Amino acid sequence: MTQPLLKVPLLQVDDLHIALKGESATYNAVEKVSFEIGRGEAFGLVGESGCGKSITALSVMGLLKRPLSLGGGRIVLDGEEIQDASAAEWRRLRGKRIAMIFQEPMTALNPLSPVGRQIAEMFVLHEGCGWNEAMDRAEDALRQVQVPSPERRIRDFPHQLSGGMRQRVMIAIALACGPELLIADEPTTALDVTVQAEIIDLMAELCAAKGTAILMISHDLGLVANMCKRVAVMYAGRIVEQQEADAIFATPRHPYTQGLINSLPRLGERSRRGRQRLQEITGTVPSIASYPAGCRFNPRCAAMTEICREVSPEITPLPSNGLVRCHHHG
Amino acid sequence: MAEPLLKLDDLAVHFRVGSALAGGVKTLKAVDGVTLDVQPGECLGLVGESGCGKSTLALAIMGLIPPTRGQLALEGHDIKTIDRMATARTVQMVFQDPYASLNPRQTVRRTLADPLRIHGVTDKAEVEARVADMMAKVGLRPEQADRYPHEFSGGQRQRIGIARALILKPKLVICDEPVSALDVSIRAQIINLLLDLKDEMGLSYIMISHDLGVVEHVSDRVAVMYLGRIVEQGSWQEIFEDPRHPYTRALIAAIPDPFLRAAATAKAKAKGEIASALNPPSGCHFHPRCPMKADRCVTEVPVLGAVSPGHLAACHFRDSQPQEVVAATR
Amino acid sequence: MKLPRLRGGTSLWIGGGLVALAMVVAIAAPLIAHTDPVLDANLMNAEIPPGFDFWFGTDAQGRDIYSRIVYGSRISLTVGVVSQVLNSLIGVTLGLSAGYWGGWWDDFVTGLTNLMLAIPSLIFALAIMAILGPGLSSLVVALGLTAWSYSCRVARAQVLSLKGQGYIQAARILGYGDLRIMFTQILPNILGPLIVIATLGMGGAILSEAALSFLGLGIRPPFPSWGSMLSEARDQITTAPWLSVFPGAAIFLTVLGLNLLGDGLRDILDPQSTTRRT
Repeated sequence: MTQPLLKVPLLQVDDLHIALKGESATYNAVEKVSFEIGRGEAFGLVGESGCGKSITALSVMGLLKRPLSLGGGRIVLDGEEIQDASAAEWRRLRGKRIAMIFQEPMTALNPLSPVGRQIAEMFVLHEGCGWNEAMDRAEDALRQVQVPSPERRIRDFPHQLSGGMRQRVMIAIALACGPELLIADEPTTALDVTVQAEIIDLMAELCAAKGTAILMISHDLGLVANMCKRVAVMYAGRIVEQQEADAIFATPRHPYTQGLINSLPRLGERSRRGRQRLQEITGTVPSIASYPAGCRFNPRCAAMTEICREVSPEITPLPSNGLVRCHHHG
Repeated sequence: MAEPLLKLDDLAVHFRVGSALAGGVKTLKAVDGVTLDVQPGECLGLVGESGCGKSTLALAIMGLIPPTRGQLALEGHDIKTIDRMATARTVQMVFQDPYASLNPRQTVRRTLADPLRIHGVTDKAEVEARVADMMAKVGLRPEQADRYPHEFSGGQRQRIGIARALILKPKLVICDEPVSALDVSIRAQIINLLLDLKDEMGLSYIMISHDLGVVEHVSDRVAVMYLGRIVEQGSWQEIFEDPRHPYTRALIAAIPDPFLRAAATAKAKAKGEIASALNPPSGCHFHPRCPMKADRCVTEVPVLGAVSPGHLAACHFRDSQPQEVVAATR
Repeated sequence: MKLPRLRGGTSLWIGGGLVALAMVVAIAAPLIAHTDPVLDANLMNAEIPPGFDFWFGTDAQGRDIYSRIVYGSRISLTVGVVSQVLNSLIGVTLGLSAGYWGGWWDDFVTGLTNLMLAIPSLIFALAIMAILGPGLSSLVVALGLTAWSYSCRVARAQVLSLKGQGYIQAARILGYGDLRIMFTQILPNILGPLIVIATLGMGGAILSEAALSFLGLGIRPPFPSWGSMLSEARDQITTAPWLSVFPGAAIFLTVLGLNLLGDGLRDILDPQSTTRRT
């Protein structure tokens, strides 16, 4: 219990706010988001589209673009505040210390450049390698992500590769300079299920071997819980619950998390218990301009009471080493 | 036994791609000898990854693509002899993307009323009544009829898409990934709705999905497709509790389930990616990815043979237990 | 304090204002003109510079330039609107059917479009005018048959991008006929860019009318059109500059208005600028 307190976490996001400037008003797209990722730890951020998980990741990369901007809070990498870093400082951080993988590798890769060159560029840019040495290292990098016959693939253009191969190339680029943190934003959503499983395994394996921490972002709670040690669930711009991966499935404490887990048909469930009617979460996901007052989940919550409509719940520690943002988590 | 609603016999759909001048003409065997039937009131789950031919199969069933070979019969009549309008009143489809599948310039009323008029319902009062009735059935309020699609959320749009598919009172509805584009917290609503409507209106479904949890939940029987062929079919229990094709096992193993940890399923996982249908592997199409490949798999095409009555698998080792097979091929 | 935001920005409003002004002038011509543009010739008033009695001056026959410009707007706008309606009808019909059906018809239409684009349209119009003879109706026909390639190209490209959309497939599955799909499902969704093209084309048609009239192939004197007025004023440009300045300004402002309106419409009709609600 005493040891972890002394250790400085690799990434510390503290009271992060992200502002979205609309036509007539400014909204808080992300509010009061705090989490920590230890060295080599895999941390998951789960939520539906529009909940703010992806822009949280972009803010950690210093990639927020108009109309989004940092509205407050601290982003601390290895004890050093980086939220106000200059463009030049961000360029040195990105790729070298923090890397990112996106959902659709085709749009993240340069279509006019062979993939080997795109990997080699990382070594040239961040480590001052010569191109010849960099190309050799790029071939090794492709071998590491288990691309078959890398000596030939290195000259291929992105459109000549399948979706899974492209995502492997993205991983090779991201991990080229041995970053301390890898951000993966829905890295397998565009892929087939059998390929998804392979990519996830590969990512986990490589990061474990290199001691790279992962911030995994997905709408798929099952996928994230399988890969990450701790998981935070976001809803409408706020973290509503954070627990260890096993615990969040066994004892979800926030009604939204409970709803998510109970509402999806789980493989094998019908064999065990017969066909049960799925528990629905009623209503619809609110849009950013119409977030309800109080707890943002209250219009869809079965346990809603008067206080939920008026008072926004604070994040509360759970006895079991987790956090929850609910008035009625008891 | 009653006459099947839909009967496919050795159905094939081939496309000619490329040109004689540039690289030569190739034949793309999108669907290659599929034999299937759907009984009245039944839900058939159709599972497979991108490129396996399930979308082409759906279009062929709706009469939009002529088959290259084989028979396709609706209620005992060859589809070539049925006119387009009669096919439309028998088979309908629910699309994946609720944004692209609704005309942005048409109100809900028009989207639902036009098909009725085209199919000869001329009485204004009857059209009105059927539109209102259908909206109520899918959980929309009749006063929302004059709104445009952009005024609805994703889940509500999918309800409109379902209403449109059911307005002509079809007997068979092909649901093409009906929930995978929706927010996670909305999916249960739509799955429950589809199951309720099936009972209420006596529908048959073909549920195309890569989400095995959903398929297991809704299906009576399941067919697994790989590169244009059915590799396994049977009742949902047979497919999910006693899968006999290694591809089926790989699909199941690829589902991240926090309660079934990875170690238990590692052996079943497939390697690599689905091959191009333009250039499929010899013998068993799955052999390059198969964890239990033997020599004969490379040369000999396995037939879709019976494991037990109604449970068919196209694998040379369908009668062996997986552990024995793994041991035998080492 | 918050100012209300103008949808479409200033260009839409300035352009719309100029075009609306031209329209009002054309419709209300008998009410706001001072004299009859053709009959009220009075050699006593020949070539009077702009002043209190004759706002824009008079020409060699003593006709009031202001009144002639007011009446001339009718011809210029008629030419612009009718020729663009013709162009849009031809272009959209060809583009829509070519994009939807594809195959040899598409190849044929694409070839024809490229051919039309390769021939300068004014020369093509000149040829048609030479066959039909001068006059308002042949002018409209000539300009209406020669500038449809732009709307055809845009319509075809838009159809190709829409054809794969789910709602088009759904319509086919529901038994909609091809024509019904084209006109109820596709056309309403591609109208935006086509309106923009037609608006911009109107400016071009007004300029072409002026050019053809200037060359003596357009509206025959004594009827006033802005182009023919310019043509007649050619010899007096140094002695009576107001004879060319005012018709020129009328053309300039109307075409400018139409172009600004087209730009503004593009901004609000562009499907990319409409946000998807999530």
